[in-house]
Amino acid sequence: MRRYRRVAFLLLAPSLLLIALFVYGFILWTGWLSLTNQNDLIVPQVRFVGLENYQRLFHHPRFLIDLKNTLTFSLIFIPGSLVLGLAGALLLNTGVRGEGFFRTVFLMPMALSFIVTGVAWRWLMNPTSGLNLLFESLGLGFLKSGWYTDPAVGIKAVALAAVWQLSGYTMALYLAGLRAIPQTFYEAAEVDGASPWQAFRYITLPLLTPVTLSAVIVLGHISLKIFDLVIAIAGISGGPAFSSDVPALFMFVTTFQANRFAQGAAISIVLLILVSFLVIPYLYWSLRREVAE
Amino acid sequence: MRRRPLFWLFVYLALAALAVFYLVPIYVLLVNALKDYREVSVEAMWRLPEHLSLASFAKAWFGDPKTGMTGLGQNFMNSVYLVVPAVLLSVLLGSINGYVLAQWRFRGSETLFFLLLFGMFIPYQSILIPLVKVLMALHLYGTIPGLVLTHVVYGIPITTLIFRNYYAQIPRELVDAAQIDGAGVLGVYRYVILPLSAPGTVVAVIWQFTQIWNDFLFGVVITNKPDVQPITVALNNLAGSFIVEWNVQMAGALLAALPTLLVYVFMGRYFIRGLLAGSVKG
Amino acid sequence: MKARKWGIGVLLGFVLAGWALAQGGKLEIFSWWTTGGEAAGLFKLFELYKQKHPGVEIINAAVAGGAGSNAKAVLKTRMLGGDPPDSFQVHMGHELIDTWVVTGFMEPLDELYRKNGWEEVFPKGVLELLKWNGHYWSVPANIHRANVLWYNKGIFEKYGLKPPKTFDEFFAIAERLKKEGIVPLALGDNGIWASTHLFETVLIGTLGPEGYKGLWTGETDWRGPGVKKALETFARMLDYVNPDHAARSWDQANDLIIQGKAAMYIHGDWVNADYLAKKFSGYGWAPAPGNYGVYDALSDTFGLPKKAPHRKEAIWWLELVGSKEGQEAFNPLKGSICARTDCDPKLFNPYLQWAMQQWKTDAIVPSLAHGAAAKESWLAAINDVMSLFVTNKNVAQAQSLLAQACVDAGVCTR
Repeated sequence: MRRYRRVAFLLLAPSLLLIALFVYGFILWTGWLSLTNQNDLIVPQVRFVGLENYQRLFHHPRFLIDLKNTLTFSLIFIPGSLVLGLAGALLLNTGVRGEGFFRTVFLMPMALSFIVTGVAWRWLMNPTSGLNLLFESLGLGFLKSGWYTDPAVGIKAVALAAVWQLSGYTMALYLAGLRAIPQTFYEAAEVDGASPWQAFRYITLPLLTPVTLSAVIVLGHISLKIFDLVIAIAGISGGPAFSSDVPALFMFVTTFQANRFAQGAAISIVLLILVSFLVIPYLYWSLRREVAE
Repeated sequence: MRRRPLFWLFVYLALAALAVFYLVPIYVLLVNALKDYREVSVEAMWRLPEHLSLASFAKAWFGDPKTGMTGLGQNFMNSVYLVVPAVLLSVLLGSINGYVLAQWRFRGSETLFFLLLFGMFIPYQSILIPLVKVLMALHLYGTIPGLVLTHVVYGIPITTLIFRNYYAQIPRELVDAAQIDGAGVLGVYRYVILPLSAPGTVVAVIWQFTQIWNDFLFGVVITNKPDVQPITVALNNLAGSFIVEWNVQMAGALLAALPTLLVYVFMGRYFIRGLLAGSVKG
Repeated sequence: MKARKWGIGVLLGFVLAGWALAQGGKLEIFSWWTTGGEAAGLFKLFELYKQKHPGVEIINAAVAGGAGSNAKAVLKTRMLGGDPPDSFQVHMGHELIDTWVVTGFMEPLDELYRKNGWEEVFPKGVLELLKWNGHYWSVPANIHRANVLWYNKGIFEKYGLKPPKTFDEFFAIAERLKKEGIVPLALGDNGIWASTHLFETVLIGTLGPEGYKGLWTGETDWRGPGVKKALETFARMLDYVNPDHAARSWDQANDLIIQGKAAMYIHGDWVNADYLAKKFSGYGWAPAPGNYGVYDALSDTFGLPKKAPHRKEAIWWLELVGSKEGQEAFNPLKGSICARTDCDPKLFNPYLQWAMQQWKTDAIVPSLAHGAAAKESWLAAINDVMSLFVTNKNVAQAQSLLAQACVDAGVCTR
């Protein structure tokens, strides 16, 4: 086994080296930058300023709104994609005719880039002529909204577009998951007199848990990095009163428009710390779970 | 379990409703791409075109030499030169990593897996400057190989995840049997793992293909000269900074999305089969 | 044998010539002019350049998106990475000076100015904005005017209206139009810079040209009554804009004028190019209310980065950009006026001819929203204030944040 360990390690080495440099090396560089005074393209004297950039950040109204928006976005995007995906998968799994057609339609949005999705949804969410116009003419006027132009809605509208784009992915995951459940389980349950709802609750859902966990990792990392979609829909300013703004966008503008490189680096580090608090326990928990299985 | 007709009616209605939800934005893109410049406007977005015109598609692809719009056609091959090696390499590395981490667990392998995975979470905007500096040091800045390297590196986490989950499904007995026959780490990979890899590979390839084909940020920053830029950058340049011809933009967006759309149309079922075959189990 | 040697010689000659051509003769120009009149103008300049300097290969490194924000991001990555283009488009004034000049990336162009006699031909107001530390740092290709009021002639005729000269007149007209169900003022601030743009015309109209210029030197107090009044006027104006302004980009706001849904549009003169491109002629123009006698100017300029890979070719480019021939070729297509005062008015459309006239007599002030008045980080901070103000109209908060922005920029002391 020890011999094998060496070979195994060697096989992993190229990836480890690349990630060490391009991820962890860069993170260290960003961390260093965030502690300096480099808030201009060239600073005559580079000094350490400790946590000054971080202090300014947490007093900046925009940043606090961004953090709230990220939370709101995740709370809509992740459960939304999971629920819609599961619903779609359950429907497709009934064995309807035309499953192939519907499945293709549900998967299509995944093929588009966030920018293209953003352009389409930006038009759709125009308060006077997009979906609102459609709702009006269908007698569904109560569904009208200001979408991303309404500060009270803001990022929720962006989350809707994101759900549209990626629920096909969760649907595919769940469909595969549903098909992996042996039919015998359901037959046994029927024999025991269980209702369809009970079968769903006690057989299907628990067996789909691994799928859900897997999807959450992927959806989660998209949630934290969402950028293109926000710009395409709400514009580079992050919408009225920053209602659609996200940290990644603020970071981009701070670094490349305002030339405040150290400040931008501070935003990145805060984002990463946030990610760590969420991701590390989550990964730890799901890996432990796996070992237990 | 035989089902009543009312059940099927419900299912079809629900599926239809979902289909409408997914198709509406694509309808908007398509309908407005088929209009000509003066007809296209936010106010009239729902209306079908007065005169069907493929002119915007032509313009999006071939450009308009009079105004210097370069069109997507010239950059299409760049995207191909980018995507093919990048997908192959990132999938290969992911496969090897996933195999090792799934079947050869040693002390610390979980930690290494986690370290590899964490790379997925960094926002790419924050590493652009050091990335450019490193690529310049390697003389790869401004080239497609440099872009390939970037996508391979940042694709390693997700492909590793996909393959690790997939290979975890392969029964230990197969590996043990091969070992008894004298196969080492590489031998097991070649004779046991590889032949079983198709479904997982399909998932990884489709995912990576979509991500890399649709990437804009790395494309615009790393390949800075127009003749090496991928199609997403060219698509972005169809919009003037001031005046946007929306019909051309939308036509261009659809054209640029065509390869990935076709992938999902034709490979959708294999994508799901691949997910079914094992990467499902978390 | 002789023929073969001769043949090899010719071949070698071709190879050497090709190699020589490939060595010298390149010019990379970086901009965000990717379509429409802007690109057409750029291409005309390329054409002229090739006539004068055949054998130079021109590389058009243009990046679209976000009114230059994509391009600027790419440019910064390149410059910091040590791969500058031979010349790049940059707004005159503090955008250029604070980003690239103070930081030591650019070469001074005094010699070029002397050689081409540009000091006689560019107006003083522009020369002031191009100068820093006693040197010139870029060559202006054009001048755009930001403080213009565009209006739908049909609507104005129907209600017997004339373009408002003061804010009071503006609000009177706006009230009237609102009652008639017409949007008085179009606004498209999906990119918030459009609101900053509108606000700057209000600042000019409230503080006057000298007061406005004082904002950027610390002479005018950001916490003073002038700025307060400007914010209040701006808040009032926002009551008369189209409700979906956050969904529209500036050109989509212009569509409201074209469709007769909105009556007035206070925006820069690229709006004129948009009307022409959409073949709409039912519009009129006048200085923005309160802005009579003031030319709120912005300019696209080109400079010389220190490490430009093809310095000789870059200098030729700068000379072309500043020349009468170059400006007369570029500007009619771009939809702007020459920075030079000696261009032939007959080449330009009626609006531009009017602008050229005004250019000679108006007081010139630098545009805020387009990089002339304040450096990029200051403008970004002001844009952020606008994001909040357009939504919550909180004058006190905005004024306090604006004052802080001035301090952060290192210009104000409190």
